[in-house]
Amino acid sequence: MTGWRQALSATRDQTTGAPPAETGSDMATMTGNRGLQIEEKLLFEQDSPGHCGVDLPEALQFRSRLGGLERDAPIGLPGLSEPQIVRHFTRLSQKNYAIDSGLYPLGSCTMKHNPRLNEKLARLPGFADLHPLQPATTVAGALELIDTLAHWLKLLTGMPAVALSPAAGAHGELCGMMTIRAALTASGDARRRILVPESAHGTNPATAAACGYAIDSIPANPRGRVDLAALKAALGGDVAALMLTNPNTCGLFEDEILEIAAAVHAAGAYFYCDGANFNAIVGRVRPADLGIDALHLNLHKTFSTPHGGGGPGSGPVALAATLAPYAPLPWIVHAADGLVLVEHADGPAHHTIGRLKGFHGQMGMFVRALAYMMSHGADGLKQVAEDAVLNANYLRVRVEPVLSLAYPGTCMHEVLFDDRFLKDTGVTTLDFAKALIDEGFHPMTMYFPLVVHGALLIEPTETESKAALDQFADVLLGLAARARAGDAASFHAAPRLTPRRRLDETNAARKPVLRWRPDPVRTEAAE
Amino acid sequence: MRYLPLTRHDRADMLAAIGVPSIDALFADVPAPARREGLVDLPRARGELEVDRAIAAMAAKNVAAGSVPFFLGGGVYRHHVPAAVDHLIQRGEFLTSYTPYQPELAQGTLQALFEFQTQVALLTGMEVANASLYDGATACAEAVAMARRVTRRGTAILSGGLHPHYREVCETYGRFAGGGLALQPPNPGSGEDLARLVDQGTACVVVQNPDFFGEVRDYAALAQACHAAGALLVVIVTEIVSLGMVRSPGEMGADIVAAEGQSIGNALNFGGPHVGLFASRDGLVRQMPGRLVGQTADAEGRRGWVLTLSTREQHIRREKATSNICTNAGLCALAFTIHLSLLGEAGLVRLARLNHAAAVGLAERLATVPRVDLLNRNFFNEFTLRLPVPAAAVVDRLAERGILAGIPVSRLYPEREDLADLLLVAATETVTADDVDRLEQGLGEVLR
Amino acid sequence: MSALRFTKDHEWIRQDGDTAVIGITDYAQSQLGDVVYVELPELGRRVEQGKEAAVVESAKAASEVYAPISGEVIAVNGAIVDDPAKVNADPMGEGWFLKLKLADARQLDALMDEAAYLKFVAEQG
Repeated sequence: MTGWRQALSATRDQTTGAPPAETGSDMATMTGNRGLQIEEKLLFEQDSPGHCGVDLPEALQFRSRLGGLERDAPIGLPGLSEPQIVRHFTRLSQKNYAIDSGLYPLGSCTMKHNPRLNEKLARLPGFADLHPLQPATTVAGALELIDTLAHWLKLLTGMPAVALSPAAGAHGELCGMMTIRAALTASGDARRRILVPESAHGTNPATAAACGYAIDSIPANPRGRVDLAALKAALGGDVAALMLTNPNTCGLFEDEILEIAAAVHAAGAYFYCDGANFNAIVGRVRPADLGIDALHLNLHKTFSTPHGGGGPGSGPVALAATLAPYAPLPWIVHAADGLVLVEHADGPAHHTIGRLKGFHGQMGMFVRALAYMMSHGADGLKQVAEDAVLNANYLRVRVEPVLSLAYPGTCMHEVLFDDRFLKDTGVTTLDFAKALIDEGFHPMTMYFPLVVHGALLIEPTETESKAALDQFADVLLGLAARARAGDAASFHAAPRLTPRRRLDETNAARKPVLRWRPDPVRTEAAE
Repeated sequence: MRYLPLTRHDRADMLAAIGVPSIDALFADVPAPARREGLVDLPRARGELEVDRAIAAMAAKNVAAGSVPFFLGGGVYRHHVPAAVDHLIQRGEFLTSYTPYQPELAQGTLQALFEFQTQVALLTGMEVANASLYDGATACAEAVAMARRVTRRGTAILSGGLHPHYREVCETYGRFAGGGLALQPPNPGSGEDLARLVDQGTACVVVQNPDFFGEVRDYAALAQACHAAGALLVVIVTEIVSLGMVRSPGEMGADIVAAEGQSIGNALNFGGPHVGLFASRDGLVRQMPGRLVGQTADAEGRRGWVLTLSTREQHIRREKATSNICTNAGLCALAFTIHLSLLGEAGLVRLARLNHAAAVGLAERLATVPRVDLLNRNFFNEFTLRLPVPAAAVVDRLAERGILAGIPVSRLYPEREDLADLLLVAATETVTADDVDRLEQGLGEVLR
Repeated sequence: MSALRFTKDHEWIRQDGDTAVIGITDYAQSQLGDVVYVELPELGRRVEQGKEAAVVESAKAASEVYAPISGEVIAVNGAIVDDPAKVNADPMGEGWFLKLKLADARQLDALMDEAAYLKFVAEQG
């Protein structure tokens, strides 16, 4: 295993393998602040009662029409001025890692750069200051934008229809599964079961259950793909659909996908695809050509709309012709005199499953995603997939001499390792990830998928430079070397340089404190 | 291409390091029938200027609410959002960060969400709130699902005053998840006797306050009737600013509150993204959907925050999760928190009073238009007018005159001909005296 | 006769005449990590062998506790609801979950004794 030894000595030379030297992080200050890292209390602990950060006039005299239902008790909200609020949230933001800060290698999250042009265009008053129920003549451009987005998504997926209202990926999964159930019910062929690979994201079985289905798990084969024989054995007249992710959550393309699709269809079932990993194939492969009947896309993954600390997302669902009639409301249809918003279950939308969300969908994310798509174009989007796959494979070959690759060979846009390389070091996947934090990186996805032990799933995306990848690879190798050299203690103590060290999640779950309360006795931890 | 850092040189070096002759070799697993030559039939890459022009051209075809007299509500309300809000949420550390699964790297997001949860609990008068859902309508459907889990009963009684889109979302979710819905017909201008319908099979009663027609009611007696029968009261709020003046659902005895937070911090956005609020009692927290942020301490004893009670959620419980939800409304919740922090107690109360005063004044003026009647006994910032002719045509004609006069009820209840003459009108603090004059005058002319 | 038996799902059961006490094993608690919450069945509920009788949660995982034998729930351990850490500290003693009135004592015969269980655990790797 000479390759491993080379990597080890290389990292020693670069001294990235040495444990972190004393950095002065133990220095005490009067404020608890540490240079640019500034402590910030809760808003409720800074109240200047009666204060306000907005100047509003007093309401002129009026005769109340609330029928005596006025609030009589105070709400308890704190009052602060604008400078205090701006400082409060600025200080909070400085405690966050972000794509703008550095590489964010979370698997299946596609943490790519969020272009600022998208933000500018989403804020145009002609989109942002538009009410969903304005008369159609006053929103023609909004309908045009939504229709244009739908057109791009249909061409990229090869599917004839797309439902745009789901607000996130899981919401899109729900939409897709509901159309499948509606289609089967309409043909008098109600079925009870959904097949889901063991490696699937948790939203898949949760969604199937929300749709009233029982779930059967399909194991992976030794090559990390769905076991085709096991799938065929599980298929039967009782199976409504297979929910598959492709490329899958191990970062591998399901190379038997055409056989899978054929088997699923032969059994009278539908083929649902979780499109979270579309970034690997966008512009190069069309899901319709793989036999897929329904596919949700994550605009906040593949199409760069910002993650915003956890949301909002947008999860449009591309549908085959057999499922299109069941798409949720509203629909945008092409009529003689322009685009029409169909909001009720009549005419073309007679078989719709109904409404899944308050209004028309995540318009703000549609604008951003379309700006992204138009910026890249067909050629740019294909380059996105190619660079994403290239970056992941480059990382793979740089670190696979040391880190234990879960499945040998080429990966797609993400690469999966397990914790065999940490065996007998006393360092867990969790410890390894926490040590990465001190080196200035957000950890990769840990312990997912569940099919390998101590999983580490790394997705660099196409917006990382080769230099950034090389630095990341060097750090991974250096940390692995440090773990193998026996320095488990430094991993257990990590992270040491962040605004907070490891937090007690056990206590947070045993004695949940989910809000601030005015009574000081209820507030837990010491300051 | 400006967003792709790799150079041709880089790509060549990397392919060599990987040991393959071309990028196509890395796509060898794609079955031959699915491989495509050439590009998808879409335009090629464009620079910022071109994309800006193309998309701005679409925006220019729309009538922005702020450019005309504007009186639409119906679950989405136009309020002034202070400039600081949008600047703060566009800080890259907020905009481009992810779900706070690594708490040491996300104390900013976690603390802000803890503040958000506290604000929502305080506003609604409830004990605990989650870190947001997609929107008010899906929050309503989740509330019904939660009530069914808690009570182990199937039937949800939905008030006729519930926003019809919210009702429709409950119907869609309910059709597939099971459980009956007892839908009460809308009856604007008269009351409902929901207490009479509650029995041992009832999981919850769902009411909205102010309701879809703007009516404000006291639900304390209904809460008692529900509790006596072992059912839960779910209260929906679509105009969250109302809670600056109106008695809270918690005070009335609600068990679950599902609301739309868009009015605070967030633009109209043509219907999305918005922000769903969800609050309940401590005893029911383990049945709540969505993310929860909890307070704890770090290894040095300093206070910090983490996502907690995660075992309710899909990534752990999978098919037994309380919901399939993963993503929340993160940045929209942050905008809500920042705006509400700027308002504070005094500001929110003042804002609510301005809204109510605007609506009261507008209602008095419009009542002077011949053959126009106000249906509401009570209202906050939105009310229902009965016109002498179908309202949809009136709205269209006023739109031609550059006035966005409100929402014809027939848009959401096309099958109810008896409601076709009803118009929903909202007035917020953004309505000017000139707007009011133009609406009164325009309405008078169109109805002549 | 106080017989201690074990299941493949890492529950233990200690018989005492026509009743039995049930909990999770030391191996189970170590795999689970710090227990944060338990869900115990109502008194009087009938549980079936191999079906879910309780739920035990750590911060990052949730696990069903299956009934090793069928019976009626006659007692549950409120102490572990108030202090879930007891399950980690003393899984075979103070960390017990529930007591059943046995439907059929013969169901115990098919379960592993302590030696067999320890061998089973060793093979888990």
